[in-house]
Amino acid sequence: MSDKGSIIYLEGVIVDYDGFKALNNLNFIVNYNELRVVIGPNGAGKTTLLDVICGKTKPANGRVIFGKDIDLVGKREDEIAKLGIGRKFQAPSIYSNLTVWENLDLSLKRDSKGVFATLMSKPTAAERAKIGETLETIGLKDVPFRRAGSLAHGQKQWLEIGMVILQDPVLLLVDEPVAGMTDKETEQTGVLLQTLSEKHAVIVIEHDMEFVRQIARTVTVLHEGTVICEGTVDNVQADDRVREIYLGRQKVAHA
Amino acid sequence: MSETTADGQPMTERAKLTFWFVALLLLIILPTLNVLPGEESWLYVSDFTLNRFGKFLSFAILALGLDLIWGYTGILSLGHGVFFGIGAYCIGMHLMLTIGTESVYGSNLPDFMVWNQVKELPFFWRPFYSFPAAVLGAILVPILCALVFGFLAFRSRIKGVYFAIITQAVALSAWLVFNRNETNLGGTNGLTDFKQILGFRLSEPGTQRVLYIITVLALGGAYFLCRWIVRSRTGKVLLAIRDSEQRVLFSGYSPSTYKLFVFVVSAGLAGLAGMLYAPQVGIITPAQIGVLPSLEMVIWVAVGGRGTLVGAIIGAVGVNFARSILTNYFPELWPFFLGGLFIAVVLVFPDGLVGLASRLNIESVRKTMGLGKHSATSEGVQP
Repeated sequence: MSDKGSIIYLEGVIVDYDGFKALNNLNFIVNYNELRVVIGPNGAGKTTLLDVICGKTKPANGRVIFGKDIDLVGKREDEIAKLGIGRKFQAPSIYSNLTVWENLDLSLKRDSKGVFATLMSKPTAAERAKIGETLETIGLKDVPFRRAGSLAHGQKQWLEIGMVILQDPVLLLVDEPVAGMTDKETEQTGVLLQTLSEKHAVIVIEHDMEFVRQIARTVTVLHEGTVICEGTVDNVQADDRVREIYLGRQKVAHA
Repeated sequence: MSETTADGQPMTERAKLTFWFVALLLLIILPTLNVLPGEESWLYVSDFTLNRFGKFLSFAILALGLDLIWGYTGILSLGHGVFFGIGAYCIGMHLMLTIGTESVYGSNLPDFMVWNQVKELPFFWRPFYSFPAAVLGAILVPILCALVFGFLAFRSRIKGVYFAIITQAVALSAWLVFNRNETNLGGTNGLTDFKQILGFRLSEPGTQRVLYIITVLALGGAYFLCRWIVRSRTGKVLLAIRDSEQRVLFSGYSPSTYKLFVFVVSAGLAGLAGMLYAPQVGIITPAQIGVLPSLEMVIWVAVGGRGTLVGAIIGAVGVNFARSILTNYFPELWPFFLGGLFIAVVLVFPDGLVGLASRLNIESVRKTMGLGKHSATSEGVQP
């Protein structure tokens, strides 16, 4: 049963890749305006979790409830996006041959994103203002007409975050946002994500424990497709099973 | 609509001037030079030349559509010859029926039917007694075919090389079907020996001149249609699909609907091109609709420069002009030239002639053609 306050609620979700269970009877719940960090060793099913929520991967079993009672299983990716779920991918996924402005403009939430409505649509002052605001937020206000492909790696990551923000999602899914970023960029990204969580629910996947410490209130640890434990960073790091997973992996690595 | 170029830059005065000069040249000067000077004048444009240009310009209409789907959206279709052929056959069937008893066998039926001992006109030929039906059919039948095929292919998320292979298979099977006598479309010999269109003799230079002018106007219309699409927000979505289809999908657009739209538009343009081609060339056979011609069409766009509308037109006219000259003097060399050209495009100038001009930074050429600092495809070129 879905809790009243939850934005996303997964129950008994199984994703089966030819016998390998990427998600194994997973139960997972995130509330409105929560910033949740998901950690876990490689292959724990973190990215698969996001894939299931945004419709990229279809679960073999289980329920995925968005908001009060919208079942996401069986819906197409663009339908789920329109419902208010935005996804930031691990590798920057932007339109290299369009300008920064055009990238943001296409991502902006609109009533209809059909071919003919889009063909006729004209930019409005309100839209321009929103895009301008977002350019400011993501620190790209000086380069609105640069070709996105020529941006630095960190800027591309921010651009994609900006694109997802403009979709005005209720729930933001962010996959390893700081991979390949400098320390300064990492910190700025952390601040950005925290600001975002004031208005949106955010799920972040991350490896970098220092970064997790910076942003996280609640951390969920995944291992072999199920939730091992959940709590504050300190609680999680003190947990025996979590230590075992990470230490166990270290032993293998040393062997 | 403000005057800007394909990639959104404001159209320079010079580019505007070029546009009107080309329009004037094609629409007024060439036909006038065909009529006014005597045949011995060096200014004289022969009927043959004018007719040949009409053919090239109809190819340019097809190239615009192909550029829309390949250059802008990144979907390689190797089956556009089929849409072109359907357009040509639709008008061709009407022209066959208007021959009437002027035919060799003096029957009301087209000659090849008499020869194949078909006693009665097949049912699907009947609507083509009407000229408006034939004209509409030439555009709508390709659109309908593209709608059905595209819906199935894009809904199943067939993309990249798989889409190219399937469209090539369609081109091959269409060629096989049109070749069969049982299809009642003239078999290998196709449709030919046309006599008149709307009562005007096709052998008259005047009729051909009008057909030429209609082709120029149609090309102008097709160009403005494509420019409008490319410069709209939908055009940006098409480019976005080429860059990152996944992002488009997760931004709430349905890429398959956009692909279907652009596939259908390009099929309609190919049909229009075929419709203008058949009466000017006087024959349409399966040889013009199969795998090879479909591949050649792709080469036109590649040579001219995909991702720019001007490039598609330059490519279609340029390659075909070179072809008509080369096949005249060295007929056996043409396939080698075409193949070499394609290899050169891939290796040396991947953005085609237009891209080459902007890469070499030939300022005057770029301004004249109204191009921005880079074409829509030139990933590596920095402003």
